[in-house]
Amino acid sequence: MKILVCISKTPDTTAKIAFTNNNTKFAGDGVQWIINPYDEWYALVRAIELKEKDASTAVHLVTVGAADTEPIIRKALAIGGDEAIRVNADSHDPYYIATQIAEVARTGGYDLVFTGKETIDYNGSAIGGMVAELLDLPYISLATKFDLNGTTATVVREIEGGEETDEVALPAVVSCQKGVAEQRIPNMKGIMSARTKPLKVVEPVAAEPLTSIVSFELPPAKAGVKLVPADNPAELIRLLHEEARVF
Amino acid sequence: MSVFIFIDHTEGHVKKSSLEALSYGAALAAQLGTTAEGILLGTIASDPAKLGGFGVKKIHHAAQEGLNTLDAQVYARLIADIVTPAGEGVLVFPNNVTGKAVAPRVAVRLKAGLVTGAIALPDTANGFVVKKTVFSGKAFANIALNTPFKVIGLNPNAYIVKEGEGSAQIVSATAASPTPTVKVMSTKTASGEIPLTEAELVVSGGRGLKGPENWGMIEELAHLLGAATACSRPVADAHWRPHNEHVGQTGIAIAPNLYIAIGISGAIQHLAGVNRSKVIVVINKDPEAPFFKAADYGIVGDAFDVVPKMIEAVKKLKGLA
Repeated sequence: MKILVCISKTPDTTAKIAFTNNNTKFAGDGVQWIINPYDEWYALVRAIELKEKDASTAVHLVTVGAADTEPIIRKALAIGGDEAIRVNADSHDPYYIATQIAEVARTGGYDLVFTGKETIDYNGSAIGGMVAELLDLPYISLATKFDLNGTTATVVREIEGGEETDEVALPAVVSCQKGVAEQRIPNMKGIMSARTKPLKVVEPVAAEPLTSIVSFELPPAKAGVKLVPADNPAELIRLLHEEARVF
Repeated sequence: MSVFIFIDHTEGHVKKSSLEALSYGAALAAQLGTTAEGILLGTIASDPAKLGGFGVKKIHHAAQEGLNTLDAQVYARLIADIVTPAGEGVLVFPNNVTGKAVAPRVAVRLKAGLVTGAIALPDTANGFVVKKTVFSGKAFANIALNTPFKVIGLNPNAYIVKEGEGSAQIVSATAASPTPTVKVMSTKTASGEIPLTEAELVVSGGRGLKGPENWGMIEELAHLLGAATACSRPVADAHWRPHNEHVGQTGIAIAPNLYIAIGISGAIQHLAGVNRSKVIVVINKDPEAPFFKAADYGIVGDAFDVVPKMIEAVKKLKGLA
């Protein structure tokens, strides 16, 4: 079985968010970059677990990005995976990215494509669905549990106020969130082997982005907290009812 | 150029996030000088024509019962087939679990620009620009769409439901349903509980509550307010609360009207899940807790002392004390 795990580079959670070029570009200088947590902790680890259960499974990673994404790809390989593919292109928009990933998936004949539920920078939650449609494959999004029996997957997905258990025959695309696996810290062996695992660079296929970012904005600064004395919580309730009008 | 709104439902009733999308779509149609139409797959308990009250003139209805369970591939094909003859249009989905699965597929089928996480009506003065939140709620991005079809995923609780009078014409969408490839084996819902992602009010607890046995007052306060309950990551990791209550960077992101955080320090990862809340209240005995910087109201005090008093005040307010 061949599994393709989609890996994305994002700013660290604690990164200061600022924009340059007249608010048209994210100010990336000095920012600490990480593997998108949903990709790393859930999609990648689950794929590795499936390989640990069946050693004949191949786990490949794919990233759409310029050469500066390679340190992140190596970090992911240190956690696990047999090889990585980097599509040498900027990540223009979700449709463009999905087109590149779908081409890699098609060429490589994967049985299963895992993505994280969304990236923590653009929060699109669209890549998995787009890749599935481009490949004409079933798609289950927001999985909280993924099990495999031969070529049938049993996937638990989030629904409002609960969960639904689905069965789907591979090949399929699944987006992963908390519950699918537990975060792993790469060990020394992983870090060492990551250096020599194959990292193939491929050129992108022709594709048009369908959207463009016109500008970014920062939210207005908060007015500052209105503190209520601890001996008078009733005043807080009054303020919420009469001033904030939230109930 | 019509505005088509996907009507999402569960257990026979239309979801709140879908009613919001209907109101948003109707307002957008008015803004564009065009009509709003609904797309309903499956069956609901009430008469679909009544949804006209939310501003749709027509509803394309594929009433097969098999469509009551989600197969994103099937839904996307049906929706694309319904709108394709129009040649252009704006499709609005609630950006909820269904929308997240279906909208991206529909966008690909229609080669449509897609914006998920929209928080306001598009700016159509010069082109078509949609604002969404990015960087986990720390910023906004204005996204331009130039394609004949455009797809918008509207964030839950970002647009107020407007209900008026009106009846929608029901048009049978008779195209044969493709065979589903996803088989639903079972569903499990905590009935009676307010789903966190649709809740307008949320009461949340953190490590400051010291243990799961102390959650009674959180649940009582939530119950009195008609709020959903949530928790911070350490609380979920310690299994004090179910993991689907975990709000934060790697949990669920919510945008309620009111978020009350009790015994939560307010680490950036937690804030990322709740920073789109309209009003944030922080109860914490540490005056240096970072959460106070993100709060609108706060009490520096012991939760075990403060929260019971809040409960008494709410009871009085509601005439229950």
